[in-house]
Amino acid sequence: MAKVMMKGNEAMGLAAIKGGCRAFFGYPITPQNEIPEYLARVMPEYGGVFLQAESEVAAINMIYGASGAGVRSMTSSSSPGIALKQEGITYIAGAELPCVIINVMRGGPGLGGIQPSQADYKQVTRGGGNGDYYLLAFAPENLQETVNIVKEAFDLAEIYRNPVMIAVDGLIGQMMEPVDVDMEIPKREIPEKTWATTGTLGKRERNVVNSLYLDPQALENHSLKLKAKYDLMREKEQRYELVNVDHSEIVIVAYGTMARICRSAMEILNEKGINVGLLRPISIYPFPEKAFAELPSTVKGLLTCELSTGQMIDDVKIANNGKLPIGFFGRTGGMLPEPEEIVDAVIKMIGGMKNE
Amino acid sequence: MNSEKINCAGFGGQGVMLIGQLLAYAANEEGFNTLWYPSYGPETRGGTANCSVTISKQPVNSPVISKADSIIIMNKPSLDKFEDKVRPDGKIFINSTLVNKKVNRSDVEVFYIPVNDMAAELGNPKVANLIMLGAYLESTKLFEDEVIIKLLKKSFGENKAHLIPINQQALQAGRIFIRQ
Amino acid sequence: MSNVLFKRTEALTSKEFSYCPGCTHGIIHRIVAEVLEELNILDRTIGVSPVGCAVMNYEYFNCDMQQASHGRAPAVATGIKRVLPNNIVFTYQGDGDLASIGTAEIVHAAHRSENITVIFVNNAIYGMTGGQMAPTTLVGQKTTTSPTGRDPRHSGYPIKISEMLATIPGATYIERVSVHNPQNVRKAKQAVKRAFEMQIQGKGFSMVEFVSTCPVNWGKTPQDALNWLVDNMIPYYPLGVYRQPEAGEKNE
Ligand SMILES: Cc1ncc(C[n+]2csc(CCOP(=O)(O)OP(=O)(O)O)c2C)c(N)n1
Ligand code: SF4
Repeated sequence: MAKVMMKGNEAMGLAAIKGGCRAFFGYPITPQNEIPEYLARVMPEYGGVFLQAESEVAAINMIYGASGAGVRSMTSSSSPGIALKQEGITYIAGAELPCVIINVMRGGPGLGGIQPSQADYKQVTRGGGNGDYYLLAFAPENLQETVNIVKEAFDLAEIYRNPVMIAVDGLIGQMMEPVDVDMEIPKREIPEKTWATTGTLGKRERNVVNSLYLDPQALENHSLKLKAKYDLMREKEQRYELVNVDHSEIVIVAYGTMARICRSAMEILNEKGINVGLLRPISIYPFPEKAFAELPSTVKGLLTCELSTGQMIDDVKIANNGKLPIGFFGRTGGMLPEPEEIVDAVIKMIGGMKNE
Repeated sequence: MNSEKINCAGFGGQGVMLIGQLLAYAANEEGFNTLWYPSYGPETRGGTANCSVTISKQPVNSPVISKADSIIIMNKPSLDKFEDKVRPDGKIFINSTLVNKKVNRSDVEVFYIPVNDMAAELGNPKVANLIMLGAYLESTKLFEDEVIIKLLKKSFGENKAHLIPINQQALQAGRIFIRQ
Repeated sequence: MSNVLFKRTEALTSKEFSYCPGCTHGIIHRIVAEVLEELNILDRTIGVSPVGCAVMNYEYFNCDMQQASHGRAPAVATGIKRVLPNNIVFTYQGDGDLASIGTAEIVHAAHRSENITVIFVNNAIYGMTGGQMAPTTLVGQKTTTSPTGRDPRHSGYPIKISEMLATIPGATYIERVSVHNPQNVRKAKQAVKRAFEMQIQGKGFSMVEFVSTCPVNWGKTPQDALNWLVDNMIPYYPLGVYRQPEAGEKNE
């Protein structure tokens, strides 16, 4: 199908419907408002549920209920609202329910600002709530990738029985790009929802949705079962893109909007005769450690670029395991760098490495 | 054209977002890659609004425009904000009805177009933005009016179909102004 | 109108309001400020700003201010008042803030009869975030998340906060007012004054609810918005005193 122009937030709303989402619960917050506003208009046409909750806490618990009842459910919010959802998210992970959560990130901490940011990286990739759990988390860079991932997320959530978070920054939510919402996504086998509480109808044993395990041994067993899922995700769901790494001494590590700005910086550098590569995480949990193993030995340094004061850099250090020097460039609070700032950071890093 | 980066700025309500959106939609129709990005949030409430559009044969990378090829300025605060944001040899399109200031730079091509006066002459003050778009399109030769009109027809639907002719006239008026 | 009714008050900074033209948030600020000045309590007052269009009113009220997270202003105010019982503490909250996400905090502040004053601005919509449905949105009213109009079968009936809080034993003083004309502005100021007097006298929880406009998100001119308020809001949200101490006694 031909690509149509859509605003990021609306495209994510439509992608959710195409991914089978039939229940959306949310609460207004900038810069993601067009997701609920779009679904308020469109969800009824698909016979699904749209409800504005009284708070983010309520919305995520509505997700717990609807998802526990076996319906593909989604909520969306932005940073302070996602912080409030953490209680529900850890319960959902603990009860092994699928759901999709979109986080259109803005600057923090506290009320912060409303401009684009990647400052929730740690909250997204470390679980965020209490306990031993992780979210499957993706950070796409353009609308086509975002839309495909939102659709896939509903399958992945059910395969792993785990919440999937799509973390984009406010710019991706607000911008318009050509996008084909009907692009094919991988066909996967989806397990039956034998666990859903839909009423036994006298035909099966009772189902219970729960995250309480008072017996420590039982809770340890449960946590190990969850861990096995995260290990499987790390094996199967690492996603990344490597650009031009074969001919480059410096490889930039960046995701989302920052990766796009870095691509422009790479063009400018290329004109100056400096070859720079890009390692772009698409999944941020699991972090694409495999990509680092693929870097050729000609690479002499990594430059982590983020819209934060430096959060992903910790994962880069773990994946790099002390091998290469790691530099950092970041803008935060909603500031977006111009490509030239990254050009300067790369040139500075090269200079620094020569001096050593 | 390989690529064109445009900033478009003015008061909320002057239709600057629409100018940018029409350019982006037209670019998509004509097979270019494109990206439209608005300012958002309370800053747009009653105050200034702006959007940036990138149109390119190559995939669009940075959504952030550091130096625009062209800027469209609908009010005075926007000129102060964006004057330095256009590249040398770039173009500045100014709504001279509302901006009585001249551009300070000599390394850019400047067009002073009294679009509000011209819209009043056409009998519909709301089409000032379309006059500006017409002027921009004439100068850059980016798209034909037909592409824009087709898009407007789609978005107006039957209810507002009667507004098509005035919008067409507005685009033409902008073009004629540049040609003279 | 403000020229006739308001003099410059010490209780407002010189910072210009960022509210849209015709929004009644501005008048409500002036009323609160004048009362703080007239009661001579400005220098011992601590205000709590909400999350909503009034989020930045810590820049407008010329006293100590704290900015709270969305809906939690009554809890923040409780914290302040409990450690500084001799100071005057007020919150200023919109209907999304107070009547949606913050219902637990407001109900329990009233229930404990926290000796604070709440200024509640009910404009039947989420202003700051661009016009979504609020719990107070009227039946049939179109918003960006009720695009075909609020349907009570889907979203319930608009919540009447003053009536609801008036059922709580700890609520000492509750009045609903409007500022659509000079006469009502005067009445509203009297209400705010009484509310703060309750606090000064240690009588417990007081709240003044303002029915207010949001011309921008209602899609109306300022004058049409005031007319709409009179024709639609006030019939559903009747003005008046909903609770007050009997013969000067604290409510039980
Ligand atoms: C936890 C959290 N959720 C949501 C928001 C987004 N938000 C900002 S203001 C607002 C509500 C505005 O409505 P209201 O309280 O009625 O005040 P008004 O703007 O109408 O004066 C919301 C939901 C936020 N900042 N924090
Ligand atoms: S959006 Fe509405 S409530 Fe907010 S300042 Fe504007 S008119 Fe007032």
